[in-house]
Amino acid sequence: MADGTIGLWTVPLAVFGGAIRVSTPFLFVSLGECITERSGRINLGLEGTLVMGAMSAYGISYLTGSPWLGVLAAGLAGSLLGALHAGICSLPRVNDIAVGIALMLFGTGLAFYLGKPLIEPTAPRLPAIDFGWWSDIAQVRAALRINVLFLIGVVLAPVLYWAFRTTRWGLLIRTAGESSDAARAMGYSVLAIRLKATMVGGFLAGIGGSFLSLFYPGSWNEGLSSGQGITAVALVIFARWDPMLCLWASLAFGGAAALGPALQSVGITSGYYLFNAAPYILTLAIMIITCSPKRTLTGAPAELSITR
Amino acid sequence: MTIDTADGVEAVGVAPAADPGFLQRHGTTIEYILIPGAALVGALAVFGVFVALFGKNPLDLYFYMYQGAFGTWFSWQNTLTRAAPLILTALCTALPAQLGMVIIGGEGALLIGALAATGAALALPSMPPLVVQLAMVCAGMIGGGLWIMLSGGLRQYRGVNETISSLLLVYIALAILNHLVEGVMRDPASLNKPSTREIGAANMIGSIPGTDVHWGLVFGLIAAVASYILIYHTVFGFAARVAGGNIRAAKIVGLGVGKLIMTICFLAGASAGLAGMVEVAAVQGRTNANLAAGYGFTGILVAFLARQNPLAIIPVAVLLGGISASGGLLQRRLGLPDASVQVLQGIIFAFVLASDALYGRIGFLKGKS
Repeated sequence: MADGTIGLWTVPLAVFGGAIRVSTPFLFVSLGECITERSGRINLGLEGTLVMGAMSAYGISYLTGSPWLGVLAAGLAGSLLGALHAGICSLPRVNDIAVGIALMLFGTGLAFYLGKPLIEPTAPRLPAIDFGWWSDIAQVRAALRINVLFLIGVVLAPVLYWAFRTTRWGLLIRTAGESSDAARAMGYSVLAIRLKATMVGGFLAGIGGSFLSLFYPGSWNEGLSSGQGITAVALVIFARWDPMLCLWASLAFGGAAALGPALQSVGITSGYYLFNAAPYILTLAIMIITCSPKRTLTGAPAELSITR
Repeated sequence: MTIDTADGVEAVGVAPAADPGFLQRHGTTIEYILIPGAALVGALAVFGVFVALFGKNPLDLYFYMYQGAFGTWFSWQNTLTRAAPLILTALCTALPAQLGMVIIGGEGALLIGALAATGAALALPSMPPLVVQLAMVCAGMIGGGLWIMLSGGLRQYRGVNETISSLLLVYIALAILNHLVEGVMRDPASLNKPSTREIGAANMIGSIPGTDVHWGLVFGLIAAVASYILIYHTVFGFAARVAGGNIRAAKIVGLGVGKLIMTICFLAGASAGLAGMVEVAAVQGRTNANLAAGYGFTGILVAFLARQNPLAIIPVAVLLGGISASGGLLQRRLGLPDASVQVLQGIIFAFVLASDALYGRIGFLKGKS
């Protein structure tokens, strides 16, 4: 240890560091989707929102020199896509899942279209806080370089948990998700609640995308997101629409996704692609274990089309 | 997804007669053509505005799109070559849709079908081409079929949402493909782009005589017509539509919903798997990451635009094949990024879904019922 090499300990350490780095987009997308789904609608288009957020953040950060303006732009782009989703879904007889697929196509296409000139230039990236200053070991320091967005996400999860339980807005969203009739009877417009919930969800998913392009991996290219958005949507189901469980699930997924690169870094390269698919396999396995054909999932908003 | 579609399709080519009852009698059919058509025009208009924002002339855009898709015999052949896998992958979404299921994993079944077909061809090195081709068709269809059947089974027996599971399976299929292509199935001679060994020129399925369009188009046409007959003219298809309309009613009259789901999902996946086989045996000649070209995802759009009707899938696939065929020309002549086709597809998709709200609301088409 004294010579600074830590041998096979690299793997768990890299998985730990990776869990924190890789989980941030999962965390933001799943928290956003949690809000949207609690209001009774599912937005499968967050994959497109994520990519669009990544592109807008990179572009704005490059043009203005401020990565935080990029994060804001990513959020705004995400909420615009969310508004589009909610707008189309508010028409009668429109299937929200299908609209999500359409926006997945549209969002990624638009991001690739607009982002074509952004592949070359380098944009200023988000800063990280060095929590590993006490250590001499390079790997430890690398694992503990934590981005502020992750910390914001970690704080956001309990805040949302609390907000769903106790605030007026949380109750309204849950009412719209459990029984649109009840919300209507109270004199609220269900469509308006869902519009706002989908826009906030899109805002958070866009921020998740900004993390991809502005921190890790930290560049803009067309292979940036490979299904993190859709995995995060599945993760919400696994997390039973509970923001705190979303946090833990995101960390677990981040760790799973970091496994492949971590093993590669110590020279285990066989099965690299299979390890890269670990988050998807894990999602599927968890859904198989936790779902049941006989009952709806506990905690599922009753108005949600995906659990019926 | 009503029964009216069945007799409606025959009326497609009929010119509107002066008969005053015509609009009323064929109102539903006309709606099925008019509304998606209007959605398509609306989407093209929005896309025109979109490119105009980037300083391109929309009229040039439409001209080159037409040129690239249907303008010359060469572009027609390009369009039809692209339409072939689209018909097959669209069936992967349209068949389960009869049961009310939204399967979006055609891309995964295509990849698994391609892998299975390639594996079959490489496992039979010195067989006559016809045997190898038959084995490839069977392997591709079984591989793809089992892949989507997995989603169907998870839905039926574990209650896992089929939309999400089928999409997750796309990423898993891609990982399996990359793993095998970089591992045991890798041709050591493929350095830059890891690929399997070639299936051999003799085993390629070749083109329809007189054209450059491969036989995959015929496979697609047969599959679409067979699916149409299955859904609208057999008891099995009727049972599927009953179950899709009302799952409880289906159970009450004693339909085996599980068996229906498994069979339909197998057929759906087999269709997409056949698309993978066709791409290997008619275009690529081997399996590599090039196969993940997005045919599976465009197929979803084709199915929705065709309102999940297997026969309507054929013209819609040609149309969407044309749009993607024109992408190259748009890139060269107008300097549009290659993603512009994807943007247009997304806009079309959104318009088509939004247009669902219009059915039964167009005043002059309302029947007297």
